[in-house]
Amino acid sequence: MTSAAGGPDPHAGFGIGALLGLVNGQQGSAARRRRAEGKPVVPRFAEAAREALADAGARHELAESAAAARERTAAAVSELPDWEALRAAGAAIRDRALLDLDVHLETFEQAVADAGGTVHWARDASAARRIVASLVRDAGDGEVAVADGPVLRETGLAGSLAARGLAVLDASGPEGRDRVRAARVAVTGADFLVADSGTVLLLEADGAARACLTLPETLVCVAGLDRVVPEWEDMEVLLQLLPRAGRGDRLSPQVSAWSGAVPGDGPGEVHVVLVDNGRARILADEVGREALRCIGCGACSAVCPVYERVGERPFDPRGTGRSGPIGAVWTPLARGVDRAPEASLPFASTLCGACADVCPVKIDIPGLLVHLRGEVVDARRHRPVPTPELAVMRGVAWTMADARRFETATGSGARWARLLSRGGRIRRLPGLLGRWTEARDLTAPPAEPFRAWWRRRAPSRRSTK
Amino acid sequence: MSGRDEVLAGVRGALGERRRADVAVPRGYLTRLTGPDAASRADVVALFTERVAALGVAVRHVGGDELATAVAAVLWGWEAKRIVVPADLPYGWLADLDGVRALADSTVLDVPALAAVDGVVTGCAAAVAQTGTVVLDGGRAQGRRALTLVPDRHLCVVHADQIVGSVPEAVRRLDPDVPQAWISGPPVATPGDGPPHGPRTLEMLVVED
Repeated sequence: MTSAAGGPDPHAGFGIGALLGLVNGQQGSAARRRRAEGKPVVPRFAEAAREALADAGARHELAESAAAARERTAAAVSELPDWEALRAAGAAIRDRALLDLDVHLETFEQAVADAGGTVHWARDASAARRIVASLVRDAGDGEVAVADGPVLRETGLAGSLAARGLAVLDASGPEGRDRVRAARVAVTGADFLVADSGTVLLLEADGAARACLTLPETLVCVAGLDRVVPEWEDMEVLLQLLPRAGRGDRLSPQVSAWSGAVPGDGPGEVHVVLVDNGRARILADEVGREALRCIGCGACSAVCPVYERVGERPFDPRGTGRSGPIGAVWTPLARGVDRAPEASLPFASTLCGACADVCPVKIDIPGLLVHLRGEVVDARRHRPVPTPELAVMRGVAWTMADARRFETATGSGARWARLLSRGGRIRRLPGLLGRWTEARDLTAPPAEPFRAWWRRRAPSRRSTK
Repeated sequence: MSGRDEVLAGVRGALGERRRADVAVPRGYLTRLTGPDAASRADVVALFTERVAALGVAVRHVGGDELATAVAAVLWGWEAKRIVVPADLPYGWLADLDGVRALADSTVLDVPALAAVDGVVTGCAAAVAQTGTVVLDGGRAQGRRALTLVPDRHLCVVHADQIVGSVPEAVRRLDPDVPQAWISGPPVATPGDGPPHGPRTLEMLVVED
């Protein structure tokens, strides 16, 4: 039982406090040490979530906007009689691209070159920043227009360009519309890369990217290398899945597609920077690679009961990754689970499965979360000092392996537990175990354990026969 | 090792030596519009009109011989004095203009010049009924991309035979080698952000042939 009904616990509701308690069990000492040394700390999910949960106003707003997003998406999806067939095709298209990713990337590179553009390759975010900064500096007069997008945030591009002394104009900002028109060079993200034609596609609402990829003389497009698809025909599926699952649009208000440089129409110089930044690492995980199917619609966040309460920050405290359920699998897959912030993410879920139901490319997010929980546990199994959770589990395993030990433990355990209980319930367990009861009560065990009762009762049963 | 070699080696290493066979894509989805929406050509055109209107676009049906008058009427409604048109716009579309100067696009028109006109008139490459979309690909009567991005008003002339039912039909008609703009209503500003890019007024004339 949770204490949700009557208790004052602000985290309760559907058991999110319990979730936080569990995630807390992953606490490492590194974060405490860094904090003591005054170094910036990336909080674990539970810490950031606690802050977010304390803001009731923000929580109401989130709940409202998530509900509105769910409604829009559901309407857009239910309108298509072949939605399930499209999802199946979308998943297969993405798998087909990923399972021969190197081949499709090279095909894409060749097609871009044939169309008069140049492809660059960035191993990580810092390589991407370096490449883009140098392209921007060569092409411009110190000003660059930026149409923000997920991969630009992931690589921290705008901030890095500004730090290198370039004037960065946010194309979606208050002055964006007029100033983009004067910019000589612009940077955009990309939603899809079509390998066989070298076409880049961008879907958006406000046209900021369309302006950036049309008006300046030089275009630098930064794309996650996972976003390649083999053929142009694949777009007939993805152009239906992404807008409907994303904003609930029949089609995004503005879709731009371009391939290389076209004389007299748009930038004369075009660059595509393909960013790895952990994607090859995800690809190497034969189970986890399914996450790379993601087309960035955000539908999983809109339906997630955890996201609805805590918002995006706890999933992505640095603001450089993915948020919501897909972020909870993508980030630990891309960065590994050695550190506490990443290791806490796979536990930030009730495994309710709503995300998998809505994912337009059928990513089994709950399955991947379970897979990653296993990795987290495995990674900690061989540490010299076991986690409290592991220590308890080992103790339980040892106790339960032997009938006499188990009976002794249940006998004395029941006595201790009854001492802790009030009115048949235990509201707080002592010590580290207390975290587990932060959001739930334990029923007090009966005075007599089952085994003792059975032994006492068994002879009388026999005698009645 | 160059960045390229490093990244590709990482991807190859991740995929390993033994790969799964090429994934077959189950293309069991609809590639044409079905049901009552697509019972006849007239139904597809009617659906396009309905969907475009739902996006906040003023749309009118006109006969081929009424087009010039209808174009002039829209421009009159805008109180336009100077417009820009693609150099290959059919001359007949502008035959009835009264007091409106139409500049044929050329390389001397830079972005400030395009921003100074009162609107633009173009055709399109295809239109999608199900989504209320027009697609421009730089083909006949469409011009370069900046033309339909910078001016604040856009009148798009759609011939009924250019309207297809669904997205797959449009994708299959289009050439991925040429730049495309798929426009589904005017651009929408994100709350809290600045003004959107692209014509805030979008009107359409559907020409029944």
